[in-house]
Amino acid sequence: MMGDEGFGLYIHWPFCLSKCPYCDFNSHVAEHVDQGAWRDALLRELAYFAGCTPGRILTSIFFGGGTPSLMDPDTAAALIAAARASWRTVNDLEITLEANPGTVDAERFERIHAAGINRLSMGVQALNDADLKFLGRRHGVAEARTAWRAAAKIFPRTSFDLIYARPKQTLAMWEEELREALDEVQRHGITHLSLYQLTMEDGTPMAAEHARGKFVLPVEDDAAVMYERTQALCDAAGFPAYEVSNHAAEGAACRHNLTYWRGGDYVGVGPGAHGRLTLDGATRATRATRQIKAPAIWLKRVDRDGHGTQEDELLTAEARAEELVMVGLRVSDGLDKDRFARLAGRPLESLIDPTGLAMLTRENLLQDTPSRLVATPRGRLALNAVIKALLA
Amino acid sequence: MTDLSHIRNFSIVAHIDHGKSTLADRLIQACEGLTLREMHEQVLDNMDIERERGITIKAQTVRLAYKAKDGKTYQLNLVDTPGHVDFAYEVSRSLAACEGSILVVDASQGVEAQTLANVYQAIEANHEIVPVLNKIDLPAAEPDRVKQQIEDVIGIDASDAVLCSAKSGIGIPDVLEALVTRLPPPTGDGDAPLKALLVDSWYDAYLGVVILVRVKDGAIKKGTKVRFMSTNTTYTVEQVGVFTPKRVVLPSLNPGELGFITAGIKAVADCNVGDTITDDARPAAEPLPGFKPSVPVVFCGLFPVDAAQFEVLRESLAKLRLNDASFHFQMESSAALGFGFRCGFLGLLHMEIIQERLEREFDLDLISTAPSVVYRIHSTDGSVQELHNPADMPEVTRITKIEEPWVKATILVPDEYLGSILALCTERRGEQIDLTYAGNRAMLIYRLPLNEIVFDFYDRLKSISRGYASFDYEVDDYRESDLVKVSILVNDELVDALSFMAHRSQAEGRGRQICERLKDLIPRHLFKIPIQAAIGGKVIARETISAMRKDVTAKCYGGDISRKRKLLDKQKAGKKRMRQFGSVEIPQSAFISALRMSDD
Repeated sequence: MMGDEGFGLYIHWPFCLSKCPYCDFNSHVAEHVDQGAWRDALLRELAYFAGCTPGRILTSIFFGGGTPSLMDPDTAAALIAAARASWRTVNDLEITLEANPGTVDAERFERIHAAGINRLSMGVQALNDADLKFLGRRHGVAEARTAWRAAAKIFPRTSFDLIYARPKQTLAMWEEELREALDEVQRHGITHLSLYQLTMEDGTPMAAEHARGKFVLPVEDDAAVMYERTQALCDAAGFPAYEVSNHAAEGAACRHNLTYWRGGDYVGVGPGAHGRLTLDGATRATRATRQIKAPAIWLKRVDRDGHGTQEDELLTAEARAEELVMVGLRVSDGLDKDRFARLAGRPLESLIDPTGLAMLTRENLLQDTPSRLVATPRGRLALNAVIKALLA
Repeated sequence: MTDLSHIRNFSIVAHIDHGKSTLADRLIQACEGLTLREMHEQVLDNMDIERERGITIKAQTVRLAYKAKDGKTYQLNLVDTPGHVDFAYEVSRSLAACEGSILVVDASQGVEAQTLANVYQAIEANHEIVPVLNKIDLPAAEPDRVKQQIEDVIGIDASDAVLCSAKSGIGIPDVLEALVTRLPPPTGDGDAPLKALLVDSWYDAYLGVVILVRVKDGAIKKGTKVRFMSTNTTYTVEQVGVFTPKRVVLPSLNPGELGFITAGIKAVADCNVGDTITDDARPAAEPLPGFKPSVPVVFCGLFPVDAAQFEVLRESLAKLRLNDASFHFQMESSAALGFGFRCGFLGLLHMEIIQERLEREFDLDLISTAPSVVYRIHSTDGSVQELHNPADMPEVTRITKIEEPWVKATILVPDEYLGSILALCTERRGEQIDLTYAGNRAMLIYRLPLNEIVFDFYDRLKSISRGYASFDYEVDDYRESDLVKVSILVNDELVDALSFMAHRSQAEGRGRQICERLKDLIPRHLFKIPIQAAIGGKVIARETISAMRKDVTAKCYGGDISRKRKLLDKQKAGKKRMRQFGSVEIPQSAFISALRMSDD
């Protein structure tokens, strides 16, 4: 019954040196972090979830945050070792860690690599200092350049993130920046790029500033043109999109993230981490878990109970199916109908509105083939509306 | 019991803002109807909406005791009247309850169009009229010019007009004295069979239906079994009294007096305004001359934003009608807006007031369709039907002719704006009847189609004249006209609630305007949406909403999935609430804004 969706482990490190104004992730600035206590708690929660998922074959580990590059590399090593001891793993186990260009030096890269990390994802975000400042980043371009060049030498796979469609950014400015990024990437053997349009997330300081009219974002049509131009430049450079915001050289897609988008299970360890766990048994049922977000409380609860689960919801068949469509259409090769039927326990047709589908295919937003449902590049750019129209 | 010679019944006629309510306040205060502590501004305007807008909607009465210079105490009954033309009907019945009127004119502004309409009604009701120039203490006051204007425009003697300032309290004793010396006392026979005029009725949460009466002959007491002559129904009087403006219960109301009665009446609809109330045991032979019933001239559809509120809307309309028998409502259904009511009003202000009261007093969110007048459709089979709703218009091939209502409009305007006002009247198909000057102001009499007035005439008039033009109209007659129904199609689907009637010469312009507005109001969809205005099968205006280009969440990883799914579920629920036309979702706000007449 196992398919290509994989089974991942996500470990959340909730601390940052400072908060970026656009970020709504579960991150906290702490004076002092007791690395030992955190290592023990993460290990305990990992052990707890390993007990819930016997017999699974682990395909990826992802250290996210927060800023997991602030984690003691020994802690990462201990967690990796525990994961390998708890589950059988594939030979080419992908182990990613997110890093900020300002928080690492070459020596730390060596230690992180030595800990077992084989893929580094760097939050570069912009290639000019003014915008980095606007985004609240602690690093400058020069520092970032040194960091990614060093990382590319040390890690087998390196990726970096950029945020575009920023205030006052014109198409020409972005093109220039992206060309520079692609040039760097190709020259230094970086194989993956995540290119996100700047989004105002509710409750963030930046969203509040935006609501007060402190700055304006590119209008819909301009943002659309930027996106389309991004696709064209990346395609030409051999970095086609394999997902809405993710580009990779041949074979360099992030397998951990593909697990999310293909509807695979994942264990979420650490404060605020989410998981999807399918229970064995007569009926297929996927649990959606979420751990306590506040680091101190999570720590106490793990100490007491062995885990810090705050929400553990059995997804309804419909919710599970909806999720599969919602994430599945994000990837370039679309939704595999057989995989969908296997994971959702029902055929895709049972979920969709035929009039909506007819409109979407007529408008060249979706391509419906016997084996797959695929969002066209135009469809992917309007995917939220596409999904709304598609689902009955 | 007050001798007839010591009673004066009067109303106050004025244009909005000329100080009618303030003057009433001062008169009440001068006669100690209320202590200073009880006084607040515009005591007679009970409704919040009256105070906020500074207008009077419902007639109110108040009895005052005034000790005159001749040493005698007089009973003064003030019947407050609405100033706006929409409530002309209320004005006429208030006037019928009195023998005289005070004509209040702002000494700096002069006579306005509304003043004219009301004062002519008072003259028609055989009232003695005392001109009062208010705001005499303003630097811009020109009493002599305004007196001359009153004589020129209205044609009454203004040489002994009373000068006052209600706001500063100047001249109030002179006003009271003029009431006593210049207005005639009522006449009546206390021994004759009871004849009382039903002036108004309203529903009071504590007292039930309250009836305002003016006793002509006989007397009305607690326990009297009264007969309403038009319906032949009888009730036993429970309470008799007056407002001072506090409610005071009295043993009886006698000839010449105004006051209220309660009689265990359940519905205001049973109380026909203008009816004669008599004593069941000793009925009058002849009823008093009544009023013409009020006829709604402007119609619109009212729909609840939330379809589940339909029943609440029905109940609210019924409750409001208890207080205002002059508006009408009837259930209707629209493909676009679901179930609602087609409502008839005395005019545009009346329509606005009712909508606002529904939203405010009953906490309803409403969508109203564009106002429409009543057209007469002559069919090929010889029948004539009234068209209240453009959506109901029959096939063009079955129509021989359509008639529309015209009004006679009076416009007073400073002469520097005259040119643009004349142009506006012409553009709105107006026909000039008269153009005269009173000082530096022009008085225009025009005949205009009501349809043009209902559109945005008043707003345009105000903006062209920077607020200086005043305007009034009365419905005149029906005339044949080249009218067409303009349909609005969104993505080739007819949206019935947006259909409207227009003169052929205006159809294209207005159709284009609505299409342009809708283009901005309907959010982008995944496909192009044509918006068309059409007469029959012929498209007269067209706009296109381009397809949505970008709507995608940049990041969606393991931690985002639950939140995104919940958002999607919410959107799916919201989708069910949206008004769907074929595959296009039109938000409620689009209807509200598209149908709003003026550009603001």
